[in-house]
Amino acid sequence: MATTSLPLTTKELTTDQEVRWCPGCGDYSILAQMKTALTTVGVPREKLAFVSGIGCSSRFPYYMNTFGFHTIHGRAPTFATGLRLANPDLQVWVVTGDGDGLSIGGNHLVHALRRNVDIKVLLFNNEIYGLTKGQYSPASRMGTPSKTSPGGSFETPVRPLSLALAAEATFVARTVDVDVQHLRATLQKAAAHKGSAFVEIYQNCVIFNDDVYKYATDKAVKADNLLYLEHGKPMIFGKDKNKGIRLNGLKPEVVTIGKDCQVDDLLTHDEKSDDATLAYLLSRFAHDPRSANSFPEPVGVFRSVRKPTYEEQLDGRIKTATDKKGPGKIEDLFKAEDVWTVS
Amino acid sequence: MGSDNGSPAEAQPAAGANGTTANGTTTNGHANGRTRKTETRESVTIRFAGDSGDGMQLAGTRFTDTSALMGNDIATFPDFPAEIRAPAGTLAGVSGFQVHFSSNEIHTPGDDLDTLVVMNAAALKTNIKDLQPGGILVVNTDGFETSDLKKAAYKVSPLEDGSLKGYRVIRVSVAKLTIEAVKDCGLTPREQDRCKNFFALGLVYWMFERPLEATLRWIKDKFGKKPETLSVLKANTQALKAGYNYGETVEILPVQYLVAKAQISPGTYRKITGNDAAVLGFTAAGQLAKKTIVYAGYPITPASAILEGLTEMRRFGVKTFQAEDEIAAAGVAMGASYGGAIGITGTSGPGICLKSEAINLAVMTELPLVIVNVQRGGPSTGLPTKTEQSDLLQAMFGRNGDSPVAIVAAQSPVDCFDMAIEAVRIATRFMCPVFYMSDGYIANGSEPWKMPNVADLKSIEIAHPTGPNSEGSDLTHETPPGEVPAKFLPYKRDEYLSRPWAVPGTAGLEHRIGGIEKQDITGNINYEPANHEHMTHTRWKKIENIAETIPELEVTGDADAELLLVGWGGTYGSITTAVQRAQRKGLKVAQVHFRYLNPMPKNTEAVLKRFKKILVPELNTGQLCWLLRAKYLVPAEGLNKVQGKPFLVSEIEAAIEKALGLSPVT
Repeated sequence: MATTSLPLTTKELTTDQEVRWCPGCGDYSILAQMKTALTTVGVPREKLAFVSGIGCSSRFPYYMNTFGFHTIHGRAPTFATGLRLANPDLQVWVVTGDGDGLSIGGNHLVHALRRNVDIKVLLFNNEIYGLTKGQYSPASRMGTPSKTSPGGSFETPVRPLSLALAAEATFVARTVDVDVQHLRATLQKAAAHKGSAFVEIYQNCVIFNDDVYKYATDKAVKADNLLYLEHGKPMIFGKDKNKGIRLNGLKPEVVTIGKDCQVDDLLTHDEKSDDATLAYLLSRFAHDPRSANSFPEPVGVFRSVRKPTYEEQLDGRIKTATDKKGPGKIEDLFKAEDVWTVS
Repeated sequence: MGSDNGSPAEAQPAAGANGTTANGTTTNGHANGRTRKTETRESVTIRFAGDSGDGMQLAGTRFTDTSALMGNDIATFPDFPAEIRAPAGTLAGVSGFQVHFSSNEIHTPGDDLDTLVVMNAAALKTNIKDLQPGGILVVNTDGFETSDLKKAAYKVSPLEDGSLKGYRVIRVSVAKLTIEAVKDCGLTPREQDRCKNFFALGLVYWMFERPLEATLRWIKDKFGKKPETLSVLKANTQALKAGYNYGETVEILPVQYLVAKAQISPGTYRKITGNDAAVLGFTAAGQLAKKTIVYAGYPITPASAILEGLTEMRRFGVKTFQAEDEIAAAGVAMGASYGGAIGITGTSGPGICLKSEAINLAVMTELPLVIVNVQRGGPSTGLPTKTEQSDLLQAMFGRNGDSPVAIVAAQSPVDCFDMAIEAVRIATRFMCPVFYMSDGYIANGSEPWKMPNVADLKSIEIAHPTGPNSEGSDLTHETPPGEVPAKFLPYKRDEYLSRPWAVPGTAGLEHRIGGIEKQDITGNINYEPANHEHMTHTRWKKIENIAETIPELEVTGDADAELLLVGWGGTYGSITTAVQRAQRKGLKVAQVHFRYLNPMPKNTEAVLKRFKKILVPELNTGQLCWLLRAKYLVPAEGLNKVQGKPFLVSEIEAAIEKALGLSPVT
């Protein structure tokens, strides 16, 4: 079956399975942009694998006409790691959510990123448990009312990008489900990265946490609430592009260009920095209208650095061992130092 | 043959003249023209016991290697505490290594000790009960100072109170003599003291007239490569020789004991532990299947040695992965299997608990997966360094849903090689998870291994699909035949009900799998009641079909026996020896041993029903017994021991006699 012809079309990438997400779910947009993104990534269909855990987002592989593995709750990064070890020609995507990836699977996420396994992790963050019908998640912001937090949740939420950076991820980005061009471009950048890529996607759950990202999606206000990161460019945002981020000692502050400072005084984004401090600082920016310390939330690539992947290093060790003693043959297993012969 | 110690033979002429050492070399200091008496023994069991820091495992291992090289049959039993270094000199810190060597075929490390070497009071206290009356007790008198006695809870020194008068006690100031022997090597006092295991070993070598060469070579390999350890090389060499010469000079025993070469089948042998045999078995399986092995584990006693050993096998295409936890290890192994490699995950019982969900995904997605369980005492953390067989029912049933898996179990250290290959063969042929069961006893114990001829090892045939396997004609009733173009159906089964193993990367085979119930043939998600029932039975039937490809049970012993002994796993040696002893007494007994637990061999029911009485010795409360009774409605009775220790042969012998209505063994 000739499926290796490139470029791929979105039709070729579509399965015959009925998509069963709720009408209006942000996942539809992500699915559409994933397919569109892959038409220009240049990887044949049979070399693509989608691995997921459990949750609404984890149904994703069933709708991609590639290889797909719907695994168990939270463990998708481990299956993806094994798949890469066995089959390093594949481009492996992990689709997870805030419950799957940050709660039950937090441990595996940290370690997959730390090892720099060449997998692309997409974390659909809707800040709620959807498939289990509406309980708060580890990413739910403080005060989120849910079936298991009727008076509002009182746990400090995980900040996914801070966690990923602390885990030494080499590619860290954020995008928004309905910002289709930005979403598509971010997925393409993740695809191009060699090593672990982590992308947080703000994804609206229309049933259990509707409008949690309204500040980041509503055209009337989003320009004031999002900071689009561009490598080598000063950090400017706002409807009138007159606001920026300046560093005051170790503290970032929102300033007005022309009033508080000039463009040259603003922080310049550097996604290539080996040191993840700036990326981490940006990962702390949170939209919080109740606080005087509210910041625009950065979207785009926080960090993108090339480091040896786990697979490259393991292959290196295998090569060293093979160079030293030659490729192992089964006969070699029965040669030991202390043998004796009975005749 | 049994592990009985033969009665002492006639005293032999001078050792120097009788040439009984296997390689014909004469050890130093012994051809001095003096006449010395020797006695020939069929078998000897020795235990080295001391503090965890005293190097007893090392001394025992070296003694074993030398004995194996001399052509004895051997079986060993290392027994050590879970704590790396319990407080020195205490009862909790005692570490022992038992070796049984023989001029006949043996299957166990021996019940009672002929010789016990103790380095301190605590070691004496915890081990003396195993020394047979009249046995030789070598005592390091320097380990019986007041503080040592106190830590061992002795009020009066056992060396002084007459309590050891039933033994032949050899008192040696091992620590002081060692320090004297190594004083010119430039070591600190602490380092000098640490050479005393080699002194004790040298002494025991003299007692049994064993050559020092293999140990000297080992010391040189270990310490001769770096300048900073050359002083240790010198000191250990001198300590070993000093111990030997001390035995010679003071004639600590009136006789030396000789154990001749065993008459074993011709071939090339090496000594091997069960875990090392598993390492070679899994590596060989990769070669036989022409596949990459991906072994993922998380360090756990007593399975870690397999992860470590396989990491040394990189040039054979083995990839090991030290995962962040047990669950991840299972996930990585399964991801690798999905990717077309042979995924293996290894652990001990507590790790299996954590892997259960992932194993169930292998059941559902019908992917090959080998799960290694080197069992230890449970439940929970249990007895990490002690042996037990109490995870059989966990392997059989320890998952949600009706969840059949295949189970194989190695019966001896050497058998770990064969069963590792069998586990891989079954997993790949039947697209299913396979438990490879071992236990701490055979994993750490060692015996001689007659290495196989490569030509005798059967290749593992694996065929991956390369294109569509359907023209649409064999889809379910929902999809009218002929309306679907050629496509790949991931759950279309072969004659054994095994599904195709499609490797990602192969064009035309793109498909999705997962833990949700599948429609048979298409693999699509399906919640229909009839389909679930069909799939549940299909998964069971597929596992049952494995029985078509495994050997039948072989009954050894008397075909008309009244009593059948049934075992599985690491109890093989003890049961076999007990049965042989019973037969020598004229008792009619038969034996079968399961290496395949699920499915059981095809003739199981027929075999069980031939015997009036069935006795099932197990190191658990009766798990195989429970399965046999449930499955075959036979009157099986258990002989059960859960002390973290293997069966003594005598315990099984007693149970045989009891089962046959004879008076108990005294």
